[in-house]
Amino acid sequence: MSADQWITLLAAIVGGALRVGAPFLFVSLGECLTEKSGRINLGLEGVLVLSAMASFGGAYLSDSPWVGVLCGALAGAALASLHAGLCSLPGVNDVATGIALMLLGTGLAFYLGKPLIQPQAPQLPALALGQWSSSPAVQAALQVNALLPLGLVLAGLMSWAFANTRMGLLVRLAGDSADAARALGYSVGGIRWAATAGGGLIAGLGGASLTLFYPGSWNEGISSGQGLIAVALVIFARWSPLRCVGAAALFGGAGAVGPALQSVGIGWGYHLFNTVPYGLTLLILVITCRPGSVAAGSPGELSSR
Amino acid sequence: MRNALREIALPIGALAAALLVFGALVWLAGVDPFDMAWLLFKGAFGDAFSWQNTLQRAAPLMLTALCVALPAQAGLVVIGGEGALVLGGLACAAAATQLPLPANLAGSVLACVAGALAGALWVMLAGALRQVRGINETISSLLLAYVAIGLFKHLVEGPLRDPASLNKPSTLSLPEGLRIGGIAGSDVHWGLVLGVLACLLLGGWLRLTASGFALRVVGGNLRTAQLMGLPATRLVLLACALGGACAGLAGAVEVAAVHTNANASLIAAYGYAGILVSFIARHQPLAIVPVAILFGGFGAAGSLLQRRLGLPDASVLVLQGLTFVFILASEALRQGDPAARWRRLWPARAALKESSP
Repeated sequence: MSADQWITLLAAIVGGALRVGAPFLFVSLGECLTEKSGRINLGLEGVLVLSAMASFGGAYLSDSPWVGVLCGALAGAALASLHAGLCSLPGVNDVATGIALMLLGTGLAFYLGKPLIQPQAPQLPALALGQWSSSPAVQAALQVNALLPLGLVLAGLMSWAFANTRMGLLVRLAGDSADAARALGYSVGGIRWAATAGGGLIAGLGGASLTLFYPGSWNEGISSGQGLIAVALVIFARWSPLRCVGAAALFGGAGAVGPALQSVGIGWGYHLFNTVPYGLTLLILVITCRPGSVAAGSPGELSSR
Repeated sequence: MRNALREIALPIGALAAALLVFGALVWLAGVDPFDMAWLLFKGAFGDAFSWQNTLQRAAPLMLTALCVALPAQAGLVVIGGEGALVLGGLACAAAATQLPLPANLAGSVLACVAGALAGALWVMLAGALRQVRGINETISSLLLAYVAIGLFKHLVEGPLRDPASLNKPSTLSLPEGLRIGGIAGSDVHWGLVLGVLACLLLGGWLRLTASGFALRVVGGNLRTAQLMGLPATRLVLLACALGGACAGLAGAVEVAAVHTNANASLIAAYGYAGILVSFIARHQPLAIVPVAILFGGFGAAGSLLQRRLGLPDASVLVLQGLTFVFILASEALRQGDPAARWRRLWPARAALKESSP
């Protein structure tokens, strides 16, 4: 490969990390909030797909991408509230509920989104961060999703709030010791409900990034396990919102390898390279998990570690 | 008696509630819910043709549900059956077209064994990762399923592709002698017999043998199992291997009886629907048979709903998701004594009743 091709390839991977990483960031922040309160939400995969559809539909009908973003966030919060409500029933397991909501969320999204496969919706504006470079490949790669800065601010805000605010401490208290929260007179169910719904709201922004920025259209293959990878990503980030940022960039980059190679004319093994994020997730889990011991930073009440 | 009644009544009630909500949903789309219910029944169990269609779909569902049920009996939530199914189908097609198998029953059996083996190894990998490294098997099995699908697409569109398949990349077709035919000239293939047999045999194994009992002890209470000196890791791996073999067999049979080669149509979400079937059957192999037939029926009716009423093809997915949610919610009603809960809900009224002579 020539130097130009290398630059194109690198730019495509960095650009991919920014584009593909944005939904990862939102979903992992959402999952992080939910897990901090002591509950695991595997249904975020369903949340992601449903909110992607809702964002696209909202933007298409209202002709404004920002209304779409709002619709996506609300749809995410609604489905996550259902998860919270089901989990608060006695004898209902949160992992099984997550699987059910994965099915229901995807089903609802495909059912309601059938008429949205053809049309085009107005897209979120791109922030052009690549003006300093003369290379068109670099300029194209640094067209950044307008929601991405919001995600970065959110990560910082969450990190600060978990350490310094009453609400953040309450969420952590419910996650680390439900009994202690109850003893102080707080409703653990209520806190978890709020954290799960809030997590769905944040994950919904990830769905909006999918259909309103990149890939920028609605189809039934819009998400293939990003929501679940995010669950593993939170483990990798050891439940820290700031580390979620780095993890999301890493996974976005890994997901961009296949398309980036294709953009410089290497078509071989396209499907194999697309499995890199899954393989990477597994590898990271193998390295970070240890049998019989609890990962550092893990909320004490989490049923599935 | 009361317990037995509850075991039957709760899932039926949950199913009825799901149908009710689904009816409301299609009513909003401008479709008469009674038309929908009638077509759902007709498309699933209305005549001989729909029964054939239903049973044809029930066969892989039984096998993929076992891929959830057996690990669940050992205390694991494995949801990556789709990966085992896909690789099973691929291994069957590869063995049948690349190896010199005899073109008779023995050859078919060998091709299916190749599929079962591939599935067993794949799910065992998730089990081993949990036992050795403590990785959550729910997440790892699903990630492995996505890896399996990528591998499948790579091989079907690359090294194993039949050059003559232009629009739809496929492997070479299975030789006539290796295909699995219908039972007594119908469209229902022998996979149904394999599915029912697997459910019966594995159900019997869990109930009647010492190793099956040991497996359930491991699933019920790991601490007790360790105190009893049971080989927990070996039993968990065995459960994963048997479950994976079932899902792999499902893929192999789909290839040998329905598609005649491995192509993308094999990725039809039977693995995910199997999760639902197993949860509704409460991970009991014997209960899987009727539940799989019911959901095979829903699948069969799906295309009728699409054709006659213009509902999207995802309708069946919505119905499945709703059923799953209501089944889980019904778990709450299983807890404790219903009469006590009634008293808790209506304390004043219950007190009134008890105080009156």
